[in-house]
Amino acid sequence: MNFEPFVIPFNLGLYFILIYTVVRCIMWFQGLSRADKLRLQRGFFGRPFMQSIKEILSESLLHRRIFKVNPVLGYMHMSLAFGWFLLILFGTIEADYFGAHHLNPPSRAIFFRYFNPEHGAYGFAHIYGFWMDFLLAFILSGLLLAMSKRFRPRTMGMKKTTKHTIVDRIALTSLWLIFPSRLMAESLTCGANGSGSFLTGNLGALLASVMPAGEVAPLFWWLYSLSLGTFFVLLPVSRYFHIPVEMFLIFLRNSGIKSGDKASSFTEVELNACSSCGVCISTCQMSYAAGINNIQSAYLIKGLRTGKDVSDITMNCLMCGRCEEKCPVGIELGPLRMIQRREGKRINEEIPFLSQYSLKRNIVSTEKEPTHSYKYLAPGKEVKADVLFFAGCMTHLTPSIIVAMKKIFEEAGVNYHFMDADGGVCCGRPLMLAGRDREARELINHNSEIIWKSGAKMLVTSCPICYKVFRESYYLDVEVLHHTQFIDMLIDEGALRPGFMHEKVVYHDPCELGRGSGVYDEPRNIIGYVADLQQTVEDRSEALCCGGSIGNLSLSSEKRSLIAKDAISVLTKNNPSAVITACPLCKKTFSNASETKVMDIAELVVKALPSKTPKKVFIRQKKSAAETVKN
Amino acid sequence: MSQGEANRFGFTINKSRLINYDKGDQRVRNYITEREPSFRLCFSCGSCTATCTAGSHTTINLRRINVLIRRGDLDPIRDEVTRCMLCGKCYLTCPRGVNTRNVLALAAEAMKMRERNEL
Repeated sequence: MNFEPFVIPFNLGLYFILIYTVVRCIMWFQGLSRADKLRLQRGFFGRPFMQSIKEILSESLLHRRIFKVNPVLGYMHMSLAFGWFLLILFGTIEADYFGAHHLNPPSRAIFFRYFNPEHGAYGFAHIYGFWMDFLLAFILSGLLLAMSKRFRPRTMGMKKTTKHTIVDRIALTSLWLIFPSRLMAESLTCGANGSGSFLTGNLGALLASVMPAGEVAPLFWWLYSLSLGTFFVLLPVSRYFHIPVEMFLIFLRNSGIKSGDKASSFTEVELNACSSCGVCISTCQMSYAAGINNIQSAYLIKGLRTGKDVSDITMNCLMCGRCEEKCPVGIELGPLRMIQRREGKRINEEIPFLSQYSLKRNIVSTEKEPTHSYKYLAPGKEVKADVLFFAGCMTHLTPSIIVAMKKIFEEAGVNYHFMDADGGVCCGRPLMLAGRDREARELINHNSEIIWKSGAKMLVTSCPICYKVFRESYYLDVEVLHHTQFIDMLIDEGALRPGFMHEKVVYHDPCELGRGSGVYDEPRNIIGYVADLQQTVEDRSEALCCGGSIGNLSLSSEKRSLIAKDAISVLTKNNPSAVITACPLCKKTFSNASETKVMDIAELVVKALPSKTPKKVFIRQKKSAAETVKN
Repeated sequence: MSQGEANRFGFTINKSRLINYDKGDQRVRNYITEREPSFRLCFSCGSCTATCTAGSHTTINLRRINVLIRRGDLDPIRDEVTRCMLCGKCYLTCPRGVNTRNVLALAAEAMKMRERNEL
């Protein structure tokens, strides 16, 4: 057994990271709540286990989700992750099969060529050598793309890429050095011994003709081992910790564990699973439309991991949910940010570099001190009705929607009560988005009382913001419907018979209704019934935010209008006669930014209702959303 | 003019008073303008007050709050700033683009801090 000192950096790094990761995962497991532990245990011996394995294959190795974002970007990640995995796997097999012993230590496989310089000159070993060279070339091609992405993110379909910290840059450099140094080391050794396949063999022969290959080779073997060692040692404090943690996260997530509303062991895992890939930055409208490039989820997570003051980052976000939809690791970015918003003031001390390795973090969760109080609210009036209509604050600013809704209720003959006709109480969602849940509860209780007393069966709201909070945070015994769902139901039942207008319109998905509540089909059904629905590029779950979001307290109106203008230019690309939306806030924001008419879906339906004076109207057979898309 | 005459049209004449700008407490104002510079843009038109959701249930007058914060006369608005529901109507009606929602949220925060002498 010939031992070489150059393998020491690699060995140290490897054993350190292996032990560290296992211990850290065990600590995280212990930090989980009892219920979550049980979930994980149950998940480990059941179907979720197979799902996790499948997901690890498709996400951690093949990076299917990044392929969906952009094929070149996907290839880059796949070549590095899957290529490296295959190189390690087949390298181990190679060392086991061709080496002197079986069951070698990892260093024998990684530095196989050094220990067997003349191996692979002919026969099966030569074919195998070709395969190993091919894998190396595969990784190097990805590396080239990675380098070009650093300098020109647009070539990978990324509008912007992450700005990294110094530790991340050192880790990145050592990762980049690993493969070229392996190529050089192997080539030089092959060149000196006349072995190697198409890549290492040819490059080796070339190098050997200009320099003493055998003497230079050890230099590159040292570099190879050192860069591997550095990479492994820096792994836990750099973004590359996502490589092991993402797999752990996949197991946790598939077992049904969710981030909840407080910082916990699981959110800690999510923070460490972030790869700072920058997809959240590239997809963020605040970045590419308004030029704000320091508040995206990747930076929030980075800040939380290094103990920076993130209070400004936390609040400065539209909460539109586009980044969460695109996140290749599947981190719950929205809930993570909301947890931070609920946190009270705390002393932020930057965690020193070495302490970032510490295994046990005390997860402190403080509550915001309440600043608001609504004791002044008098109990609401008691009115009995079958259907309650809650317009919400925003609809009160767009009276045309209220007029349209009233008309629809009358036309359909619904016994309804306009709950906040003379100024109701806010639904509580804006307070919740500001992280003030306790104060929001007061408003929620006030509204709940009115709704319970009314004995209504159904609550219709024309505001997606209210809709989301009514559905998720109220304890009610009524069916909560957004007005798009309600109108769709009326048309389905035949209670409302709007005609068909030969008009091309485009639909804008409000964030709180689409991504927030998953209502995509009903508005499309309605529009498909009364007009021609045009398709847009960023549709459904990829829909743009209007920029008016109440989720952001601090964004200035100039930046908001930049976002609105950008979104409206995408929507009106095909010159529709009107932009239809289902949210009064979107309508209000777009109206200021758009030259095209902006209408609420209720107004569109009212416009399509046949007038009392007989007039020729076309009644079209109701189409499903799928058919509309086909057309 | 008698009191009855003055009330005929729904408004009265204010008593004369003295505002000493040197004695004003500018800490809350500074706290807000530092974090929300658009606060300076307010020209006290009162659109925010007219549209306020909380305003139809209690006395909350953002226009008055703004004026008093700038004047540094904070005691009369101590309770008033806590009544906002953050619904954002005032922000949408503001003709000057003042981020009124944030102004009020910051005001509530600053007033709490002022009570504890942290400002």
